[in-house]
Formats: sequence, structure tokens, C-alpha cells
Amino acid sequence: MSDILNSLVQIVGEKGVSNHPEEIWFYSRDPGTLEPHEPDFVVAPRRVDEVRDIVKFAYEKSIPLVPMGNGMALTGLVRPLKGGIVMDMKRMNKILEVNERGRYVVLEGGVSQGQLKAYLEDNYPHLRHSIPDAPPGTTIAANVALHGQGRLTQQYGFNSDMVTGLEVVLPTGEVCKVGSCSIGPYWFSKGPSLPDISGLFLGWLGATGVFTKVGLRLFPRKSLRDVEVFVTDRADLVEDIIYRLTHTEMIEDLTIWFQPKPMIFKDNYHINVYFTGDTEEEIEFKRKMIWDSLKVHMDSKDGGFMGVGAMKATFLEEPQRSIAAFADVPKGGGFEYSGPISPIEHFAKYTAKVYELAAKYNLLFAGTARVISGGHAMMYGISFAFNRADKEMMNNVKEALEEANEFTLEHGSIPWKPTVSEQQMTMNMMDPNTLKIMKMIKKNLDPKGIMNPGNWEVS
Amino acid sequence: MEPMRTIEHGNLVHRCFRCGYCKFPSDYVDFNCPSYKAAAFDTYSSGGRMWLIRAWLNNEIKTGPRFADILYSCVACGNCTEQCVYPGFKDHLLDIFEEAKGELVGEGLIPPTVRDYFKAITVNGNPYKLPQNERGKWAEGINIEEYSDQDYLFYVGCVGSYDEVGMHMARNVGTVLKESGLSVGILGSGESCDGNEVKILGETGLFLKLAEDNIRQFNELGVKKIITLDPHAMNTFKKYYPEQGGRYQIYHYTEILDRLIRDKQIIPVENRITVTYHDPCYLGRHHHIYKSPRSVLKSIPGLELVEMRRNGVDAFCCGGGGGNFFTDINGSGEESPSRVRIREALDTGASIVAVACPQCAKMLTDAVKAEEMEGTLVVKDVAEILRESI
Amino acid sequence: MYSLKHDEEVCATCPSPDCLLKCQYMDMDKEQAHEEIMKVVQGEDSLVLHKCMTCYGCEEYCRRGNHPYYLICEKREEKGILTAARPITNQWINMTSMQGKSMTGAIEEKALSCCLIPELKGLGRGRLFEDIAPSFIVGAEFMCPAVHTHFAKMSVVKDRLPKVLENYSALNVKEVVCLHDECYATFTSIAPAYGIEVPFEPIHYMDYLLEKLHVLKDEIQPLNVRAAYQRPCSNRLIPDKLHLVKEIMDLIGVDLMEREYQGENSLCCGEILRTISGYQLTDDVQKRNIDDMAASGAEYSVFNCPFCQTTLSEKAIKAGLKPIHMIDLCKMAIGEKQGGAIK
Repeated sequence: MSDILNSLVQIVGEKGVSNHPEEIWFYSRDPGTLEPHEPDFVVAPRRVDEVRDIVKFAYEKSIPLVPMGNGMALTGLVRPLKGGIVMDMKRMNKILEVNERGRYVVLEGGVSQGQLKAYLEDNYPHLRHSIPDAPPGTTIAANVALHGQGRLTQQYGFNSDMVTGLEVVLPTGEVCKVGSCSIGPYWFSKGPSLPDISGLFLGWLGATGVFTKVGLRLFPRKSLRDVEVFVTDRADLVEDIIYRLTHTEMIEDLTIWFQPKPMIFKDNYHINVYFTGDTEEEIEFKRKMIWDSLKVHMDSKDGGFMGVGAMKATFLEEPQRSIAAFADVPKGGGFEYSGPISPIEHFAKYTAKVYELAAKYNLLFAGTARVISGGHAMMYGISFAFNRADKEMMNNVKEALEEANEFTLEHGSIPWKPTVSEQQMTMNMMDPNTLKIMKMIKKNLDPKGIMNPGNWEVS
Repeated sequence: MEPMRTIEHGNLVHRCFRCGYCKFPSDYVDFNCPSYKAAAFDTYSSGGRMWLIRAWLNNEIKTGPRFADILYSCVACGNCTEQCVYPGFKDHLLDIFEEAKGELVGEGLIPPTVRDYFKAITVNGNPYKLPQNERGKWAEGINIEEYSDQDYLFYVGCVGSYDEVGMHMARNVGTVLKESGLSVGILGSGESCDGNEVKILGETGLFLKLAEDNIRQFNELGVKKIITLDPHAMNTFKKYYPEQGGRYQIYHYTEILDRLIRDKQIIPVENRITVTYHDPCYLGRHHHIYKSPRSVLKSIPGLELVEMRRNGVDAFCCGGGGGNFFTDINGSGEESPSRVRIREALDTGASIVAVACPQCAKMLTDAVKAEEMEGTLVVKDVAEILRESI
Repeated sequence: MYSLKHDEEVCATCPSPDCLLKCQYMDMDKEQAHEEIMKVVQGEDSLVLHKCMTCYGCEEYCRRGNHPYYLICEKREEKGILTAARPITNQWINMTSMQGKSMTGAIEEKALSCCLIPELKGLGRGRLFEDIAPSFIVGAEFMCPAVHTHFAKMSVVKDRLPKVLENYSALNVKEVVCLHDECYATFTSIAPAYGIEVPFEPIHYMDYLLEKLHVLKDEIQPLNVRAAYQRPCSNRLIPDKLHLVKEIMDLIGVDLMEREYQGENSLCCGEILRTISGYQLTDDVQKRNIDDMAASGAEYSVFNCPFCQTTLSEKAIKAGLKPIHMIDLCKMAIGEKQGGAIK
């Protein structure tokens, strides 16, 4: 063991390696409900060559290696299921280049969402990225590695769709560039018009390589931003409401949420409609179009726009701190959610399931959904808060989420940032030939199976 | 048999979600938790510390040097309490860390530098292991009287009494106060350690002894109003002395200077300099005093005050808080808080970093040297800048 | 259940049905107005039941005290006619439900009611309120339920108002200074209209302010500013209190500007219109209102109701006006900081 430690110290220095019980304990778990798995070592590289050397070393020695961002997926994706090394990427946090006119940024694999947001606000006030509502420490690289979403997902798709290039350290230690950056200095395209090999890495949850650099699309930041909240008490109407709203092609972000408490939110479905403009005129025009699009539901009194008042600042916050605050509802520091990527037509069905599960397991819930790509799909989030000091409640959350996952999978949804058991459930349902391709990819890229083992592992 | 540990706020510890908001300033521009910034691992952030304390209370990890190092690396800067998203929990983050350190003290398993600090205070009454009769040396030649019945007691503290940089600062503050005509006296060699660092490092018994002695002395002398050089002393006098029976009107010297300027008892003259101001945590985040030092600086005609990227409630700590000034758990590497802060100061284009705390003064002065910026940047306290502008 | 004291005969013999004739949202002649109100009275369907914007205006226009507004609300509910969307209606019912979260200070015989509006607690501080601020009351248990009239839910009003009054009774208060105009209006207009006894003396905060300002007269520094007043809907239920605005403004040296939309011709702030009718009418009303304030030469737009202030502040600022609550204006006049909580 000390040989491994010494080798790692050689690569990243003494401060960058730990096998102390404190780091071993901490890096064995995430804030969700899944059981811990201990690593043998934790390393924190600063440079690409250090990542490369760590991966090469792990490959040579067949040591499992788990790359980690902020570890906030909540689904246990950075727990080292087979021990080995956890590689904390957050010290690689340089923003390397912004191509202002080309609207993209190139950054290191540990840059956080919050850091990029602040950097752009300081230096490129006309540009923004699709920031998720996860805490600001979550990294860009981890977010695209698991097909994360953000504030601009309604307009432009998954955050992984916004990748314009990658630098990946392959499980065998080679440093590989993906996209236009593989043939020249520009990072404007992750694939087209080349064969798009980014799919070998995006969505693989770190099981096919370590992202050391990411190119990411940036988007115009308009000077004004506003939100309207449409409310209905009929879950069955939400699908139509989304259809009508997305038809306007004027919406920045579209999220749907429902929760039993506080009382103001009871029994209703809230559709947050975000829109932007450079002038008051533009904003007001969009506001009117948004209202007009839902006239039929207002006329029937099935829905209406609520006064947002003091809540507006919370809604417009990026990231929205109140999302993390949900963990404290049972005064217990935890929540976990299942977020299947789903057909929008299932909104009502899934919602009924949320109520059923909350009652069955006696849990505090929050339902959320985010529309993806102008209405092609949605992320449907089923969240249950728990008290970390209450083992029974945590277990109930775990069981409720397993049941939710099974239910949504049966209805054709794809689990988002799936737990290992959800991955297995998914692969069990998958077309065998699809599975075969996945197996080939994994086998060829990671012949010794060292990268985040247990994840997307085709048996 | 594993030890059963309890701490006063142990029932709150599990409420941390380790979401990490506590690591950042309000706009997320960089990590704002000094110990996390200096270290490589999440365990050194407030969330990491909180989760480890829970594991330790539950006997999932044992007391050991690394755990002690992690606890004592906290600089108590208060950024986490500002940024944590959980009301009712956030206010107790530093209490929990302090209580856990208190348990370590009880178990006798503390880092050597912390142990040495306690020993020096116990034996010598100061962390420098210097004789008590040298405490008043800083005031030699500035004609400031021993406290008898003046309106204000000027309390200097250990750093101002014994550290070269601190003494320089104490002399500047003392001189300006005296020359303004303020009725003020000092304790000189009769002064004792205020105990702020002793408390935050977890030695409650020693703290209580220091507080009792100080309170007895202050009361015997009839002290009503105290001006502190050090925001750390101000903190402990304001927050913890009242519950031990020591109730006084406490001011930081920048508050007094601000008032003296407004009352025209000090009239600054033109001084064409560019200054950036570093908020001390115990003045800013802990006591919300952001305006007074800035008002003093802005009152100087010709002085241009430029803010660092992180300032006010978001200011990045110099790394000296929580006793780290003496125990140096976070070290002096490139990512050490004081060096990070000095580089941030350099980015403003200012030639002077103004400080209002002797511990910040020393930390940042050393960082200027470590960054080899002696010719570019100089650290001065607010009173020194004012003195040069009168 | 309490029932509305309404006399059909009074409407039947009304020489001038001002309730509808003066309505700002329905345009009808005398004959049609009479016809439509009689349809309402007799329980028939009427366009009034579909077009009423719940501005409370008719309650003020009716010179014979026959409560046309409450009647319209009653009949709407009887017929299941919703004013706003059902989920919004229920949202208001849910959010104002009594959940045992009210807060009370050291209650004395004279109490300060902040309704369910925490911002009012901020306003009700300082020297003007130093006598009664410690005896504060805030929370749903003490909230006037008049807002539900906007949603034609008189059943909620009738159900909750007696409970609210019981809650006050339990505190043994003799006098209640109402910081929310609508609370005072509820206790002095809705309660008697339904024969509900109010077990204390309600005091409008403007009466209280006036008295206080007289006491502190020597400390008033006339503000020498011009202001336009936004009269809230609830004030239509208590027109006898309208004069207080001018008296207070005079006392603190504020020039209350004459404007088109004042007194009986006041315009709604628009929040309820937006909920009931949508943006077209709201935009029109708000624009006319703000333009009128600005055209009056006012520097400040002065609010009585916190909801009006929240709704119109941004628009007022854009029109170059400074929105302020009347209490804050009074605080300014005696050199105090503003409450500043309402945004």
C-alpha cells in the first residue's frame, strides 16, 4: 500500500494525496441515501500531466479510479464501488479561453458552475452559460458527463449538447482530444463535421475517461430577465400548457413544480416561465405572448398567472439556493431525487405516482420538472427530503425512489444520473444490440475496467 | 469501549447537506473558505468538517492528528455562517467547530502548535513567551498614560503588545488617539490576554480564567468604555465577556477614528495614494463593521479607495483567524490564504493594503514578502495611513 | 351562518342605481343598471356576475347602504361563478388559512394589528408606534378575510371572520389599531353588514397617526414635497376615512396633488384585475393610474395598502415617482428612518 502512496505522492506531491481515515471516510459517500464504499486513496491533481500519470499508474496496477467533481449527484455515482482511488478534480479550476465572438469557453475539468458564472459576469457580461440549480460547487465537467441540465436547457438542450470539445484522459492513460480541437486550436465543435466521438464519453459517468478540459457553448445574456408563474390544479393539463408555452419560442427556461408545503403551494402545479429581453418593450411583448398562449386555460378558470411578488427574487436566482434548502425541510440535511428524462405526456401519471409514494412511505415530497429542448422531453424530478439522523426515513426514501424508478422505466423514461441499480434495470430493458455496442465501447476504451467500475458495466 | 462524546449543538450536526454554498462568497467567484482553499480536499471545508464531526461523534472515525488538523485549520472567518442556506443551523457552525475542538482539548489530542499556544498563555500570559513587563513596550515614547479614570481604555492585546508589526500598529493607533485629544489610557504591563483565540481553540477553562481576571481588573479600575486595537479582542469583549459579568461599551479603533473625523477633532489633509482595504473577519462578518474603516480612509483628500474583488461580507480572510495566526495549521504555501489575498490586492492596482487588525497586518506583511512584492505593495493599518495624512 | 343584511326593496325603489352607473368597468345607462342590479338581487343571471372586477367601488357608490358589492359576491358564489382561476382562488384560501403560526407581542388592552402582512410589523415601529408596537399581532388567526370577496368566496369570509374576532376576544383587547386599511374596513363594514359583532373598538391607523403627529407636532419638519395618493380598494368600504389622508399630509408638510383618479374615481392598483381579467385591462388601468400620478406633478406616490405598493412600486419608479407608504412619509417628517420593508 505504501508503494502506491509513494507513487501517487511522486505525481501530485504530498498535499495532493491522502489515505487518512478522514478523507477515506468522507470520499466514500455522497449526500444521498446510498451506502458508502471506501476508497483506498484520494488524490487531487492540479494539471493534465498529473491526471495522465495517475491514470497510467492506475492502469498499470489495475487500480480502480473514480473521477469526481463536487460529488453532488446524490445517486452515489462517485462512490468507489471497488475501492481504489478517488480523484478530486476541483483543483484543476482554470478558465483557459473564452472565444467571445464564437461564444464558447474552454476550461479545466474542475471549474465549478459558480466560478464560471462569476467569471463571465466579470469579464463577458453579454455571455452566459446554462447554469444548473445544483449548488455552485458542482463542476462543469461532471455536469456534462452525466447529461446535466441548466437554465438554458429548454432552449438549447442538455448541457452535454452544449459541449464544443473535450480533452479526455483515456483509461489507458492517453490524452485524447475530441472535436475541432483535435485538429487545430479552435474548440467550436465537439463533432460535426467529423464523426462525433464525444458520445464515447458524454453520459458515461466517468466510466470511459477523465475530462481534463471541456469546451462549452455560451449564449447571449440579455440585460433583463423575468418570470411568470402559471398555476393550475389539474396535472392532466400540464402537458398542454407546456405545448402551448413552448410554441411561443420565447421562453428561456420552463420548470414545473409542486409541493404540499407551505400552504400557498398546496394542491397546485406551478409552471415557472422564464423570459429575457434587452428592453422593456421586448420583455412586455414576450409577457403578453406568454399570457395569450394560455388564454384557453384562463378562460376555463383551470389556471391563471399568480402574483409572484417577493418570490420573484428567489425564482430568478442562479443557482436557486432554495433548492438546496429543501434538504432542511425535515430539519435533517438530506434529500434525494429520481429524475427520469421522460416524455412530457407522462406528467400527470408520474405526478399521481409521487402522491402515492409520498403517502405510502410517509415522506415530504417536492415534484419538479424541467422542459428540455423546446418540449421534446422533460426531466421529471421526484424528490423526497429526509432527516439524516432518522435511518428509517432514509430507508423509506431509498425504497420510494427505487419504486419510482421502476415505475418510470416501465413507462419508457430514461433514468437521469442513474444509480448503479438503475443502470442495471435500464440495461436489462435495453435492445441487446445497443447493449452490445456499449459493451464494445467500454471493453475497448477501458480493457481493465478500472474507470468508475460498477457504472455502465455490461455484464 | 469507544468514548461517548457529546457537544452542546450535537443535535444540529446532521443538518449539514454538504451542499458547499459555505465554500463560496455570495457571487461564487472563487473558494472563500481559507482552509479549503489552502488544502486539497473537501474535508477541510466547513461541510467536510461538519460531516467528520458527525462521524466522530458517532464513533465512525477516531480522534487522530489528521482530524485535529482539519478542525484546527478552520480560521473562524464566518464565511460559512454567511453563506449556509439553512437558517437556525447556520448560526451555530462556528459554535459546533469550537465545541468539537473543546472535546479534543479534553482528550488531550491537539496539534502541537495549539498545545504550545495554550502553554505559553498559561505560563507566560502571552503566546510569545515574553515577560509580562515587556507588554507595555509598544507605548514607549508616545506619551500615552496608564489608565486611571480616562473616558476610554485602549486595549492592545497580545499581538499589538509583542509582535513587531502589531506594536507598530499599536503605536500608530495610540498616537492618533492621543493627539486627537481623546481622554484615553492604557494598561501597559498590566494588560492581560483577552482570550479570544484561547476560546476559539477550545480551551474554555483557560478562557474563563483570563476573562475573569480581565473583568476583575477592568471593574477595579472603573473601566466603562474600551477601544480595542484588535477586532479579535473586540469580539470576545462584546460576545463573551457580558455573560461573565463584564459589560462595557466596546469600540474598535476605526469606529472612534471615524467619529473623531466627523467631529472635526481630526482633520486629514491631502494624501494622493491608492489604497485597497482588507476587511478583518472579526470586524466585518462577525460584527458588520464595514463602513467605519472605509469612512476614515475616504475622509483623506486625494486618497483613492479601490476595492478588492472580494470585499465586505465576501472578503477573503488573511488566514490568521481561529488561532491560526499562532498555530499556522494552513501553512505558508502558494495557496495559503494570506498569499491568495495579497495577490487579490495586487490586482486592484493599489500600492497600499489598508488593514484594521494587527493579525491581518502581520499575516499580509509576511505574504507580501513571500510573494516578493515588497517594492510594489505595502501593508499599513488605517491609523498609520491617517497619521500620515494629518 | 351569518347572512347579508340586504333589502331588496331598497334596490327596487332606488332612484339612481349608482352602484352600476358609476362602475369603472361596466358601461350602462340608468335603465340597464337598474335592470341588471335587480337581476342580481332576484338571483337571476346578470352580466354583472361575470364582469364585476371586485374593485369594491359599488359599495361606496351606493348611497343607501344596501351592500351591492357583498350581494354580487354572494350571488356569484351561489351560482358557482369563479372570478379568478380556481387554483388561484384556492391558493388564497390555503395561504391565509389559520395554521397556528400567528405571533403576538406583549398584548395590552390596546393592540396593533399587522394583519397577515409581516412588512406591516416593520412599518409599525419607531416613535409613532412606541406605545403600542410591543402589543403587536400578526398572523392568519387575526387576518381580515375580506380578500376572499375578490374571489367571490363569501362563505370563507363568513366562516373566518367570526373566528378572527374570537381570537381577538381571547386576547382581551379593547382597542385594535389596524395597520391594514382592509382590516379596519372589514371590522366596520363587512362585520355589521352580516350582523357580526366586533368585540373591540377598531381604530384606523390614520386616526392613530393623526393623534400621534399632533403630539409630536414640534418635532415635525415639514417635508415640502408633492405627493399623489393611491387609494386602495378597501378604502371604498370606509369612505368616511378618506379625509384623513389630506389631514395627515397637511400636518407633515406634504402637498397632496389633485388628480383625476382620486376619491370615488380612484383606480385599482391592478393586482386583482390581473388575476381576474388578465393583462389587457390591467396594463390599461395601471398606465392611466401611473400617468395620472406623474401628470399631477407629484414627486412621491403615497400608499396606504402594502399590496398596492408592491404592485405599483416598480412602475411608479419608472415614471420618476418615489413610492412610499404613508407611515414612512410620517416617519420621514419626524426624522426617523423608514420601515423600508415593502418592496
